[in-house]
Amino acid sequence: MTLTSTRPAGAEPDADPPPLGTSRRRGRRPGPADLALLAIAAIFCIPLAWVVLASFDTEASLAVAWPAQPGLDNYAAVLNPETTFRPMWNSVLLCGGATLVTVVCAVLAAYPLSRYRSRAARPFLLTIVFATGLPITAIMIPVYALFVQVNLVDSMPAAVLFLATSALPYAIFLTKGFMDGVPIEIEEAAWTDGATTLRTLWEIVLPLMRPGVAVVAIFTLVQTWGNFFVPFMLLLSPDKLPAAVSLFTFSSQYGQVAYGQLAAFSILYSAPVVILYLMLGRRLGSGFTAAGGLKA
Amino acid sequence: MSADVSADTGTGRAPVRRRSRRRTLLRGGPLVPAVVLLVLFLAGPVVYSVYLAFTNRALRGEGSDVTSFVGLSNFTDALTSPDFWNSAGLTLVFTVVSAIIGQNLLGLTLALLMRRASRPVSAVTGVIVVGAWILPEVVVGYLWYTFLAGDGSLNALLGLVGLPDQELLTALPIIAVSFANIWRGTAFTMLVYTAALAEIPEEIEEAARIDGAGPVQRFFELTLPLIRRAVATNLMLITLQTLSVFGLIYVMTAGGPGTSSQTLPLFMYEQAFSYGRLGYGTAVALLLLLIGGIASLGYLRLLAKEDV
Repeated sequence: MTLTSTRPAGAEPDADPPPLGTSRRRGRRPGPADLALLAIAAIFCIPLAWVVLASFDTEASLAVAWPAQPGLDNYAAVLNPETTFRPMWNSVLLCGGATLVTVVCAVLAAYPLSRYRSRAARPFLLTIVFATGLPITAIMIPVYALFVQVNLVDSMPAAVLFLATSALPYAIFLTKGFMDGVPIEIEEAAWTDGATTLRTLWEIVLPLMRPGVAVVAIFTLVQTWGNFFVPFMLLLSPDKLPAAVSLFTFSSQYGQVAYGQLAAFSILYSAPVVILYLMLGRRLGSGFTAAGGLKA
Repeated sequence: MSADVSADTGTGRAPVRRRSRRRTLLRGGPLVPAVVLLVLFLAGPVVYSVYLAFTNRALRGEGSDVTSFVGLSNFTDALTSPDFWNSAGLTLVFTVVSAIIGQNLLGLTLALLMRRASRPVSAVTGVIVVGAWILPEVVVGYLWYTFLAGDGSLNALLGLVGLPDQELLTALPIIAVSFANIWRGTAFTMLVYTAALAEIPEEIEEAARIDGAGPVQRFFELTLPLIRRAVATNLMLITLQTLSVFGLIYVMTAGGPGTSSQTLPLFMYEQAFSYGRLGYGTAVALLLLLIGGIASLGYLRLLAKEDV
């Protein structure tokens, strides 16, 4: 278990893997590997076809079908404060807030862990690594019981802080990796000039690791945006529920399920993370694979 | 003074001991917000769950007004309950089928194919597979519900080619949710293995090829031993992730029909909230953690043994 030897790519602006030499010849005929990959990719797309087609089909059923009269009626039907805007805004508050808290705490915590060698640093980092493996599902009942005790159930700030904490161990680990990639020499000059830790961090280190911070932030946002169990347990009032939970209650709310509207709302709810993913693209993968370097 | 600010200064030397302690505190300062959050919201609940699991705390009825210690009875209740063992067995099936076999082998296959495929094809496949992981859990649950439902897409497609209908969601729901979990989780394994394979020097493979080793032999005798650490790490991480899947199964089957897809997280949720037995639900959660811990230790031992 080495904690320091692997550093996720992405601290440097160009995170593309080095060319792999002979195994990747460009401009040749598609080989069996290409065909096999395309076949797997096609199979992966099949379940997606329904949600896309049904969202444009007012008569959508469970089975995938080309819309008889394609139109935006389903979107028009769900684009109202009750169904879409309020749950989405709650998601922004909950997940955006959690991401902000996570990133700020992770950057602050990563600084001493990355910059100073201390006897406490290694046990602390090991604890963080173990905490990344802790299944949050398994502690939700005690968390709920605790929140009942201190009257925090259905409190948005408490849910934000809990969600932030659940993402924090991995965020600290990732951020420390990115920070290790920033050379220390420039800071040493700033220190001798008498700059405080926070100023050095803000003015020198952060600008140099902006791509890394973006990976951590987007990674955290994607994880929290999709999280269902935490808001499902900790938030109760309908006007506080984020899109993850309101999508779940969608079918029960309207009795007869309007599948077209369900599909349209699914697409609206997924859109932000899909767009972020396409923006960050390959670099998000590097945040991801850092987990492989974690204990490898 | 310059030595004091360099990163490699370890503990302070004797004359500056007091100053160095102050400095340690100052330096540790930025850790405070993270530590406070982790202690309050992560360590706190873990410690509290150990207490809760030995009580009869309940949402209503006995144990809701006065909580009392009940010793090990929550654990003995669980370990003697056929419903618990049903859930434990289903959790095992779900983890083995969807993580250890499904995600692991499909992810490895994808990573190996990507090494041989052309760059645009691997890029497109990568975007699609990772896209499935990006989608929110509840959306994936609905996608696979509509895909596998009796009058859903898969049966429509099977009908087109003249094959009989499948009834996975009612007949073998645990397999149905396993498929959904493979679809959703394979990206992780694929990326981990892609990174591990990229570390293998080209020359080694080339040498083996020249020595006349076939592709199968090269894989088992060369590639696999070289990425074994990534394999063990990956197996540990996907096992922990899969053990705690809740939303996906809850949306697709809600644990049913009956309890035929009720894995431990759903069982624990039902006990705690449908029946209000918080203490009992927490005991089950601790058993789930224990299973995860044992599995992790197993994978770590696998690593340690192979390193000798």
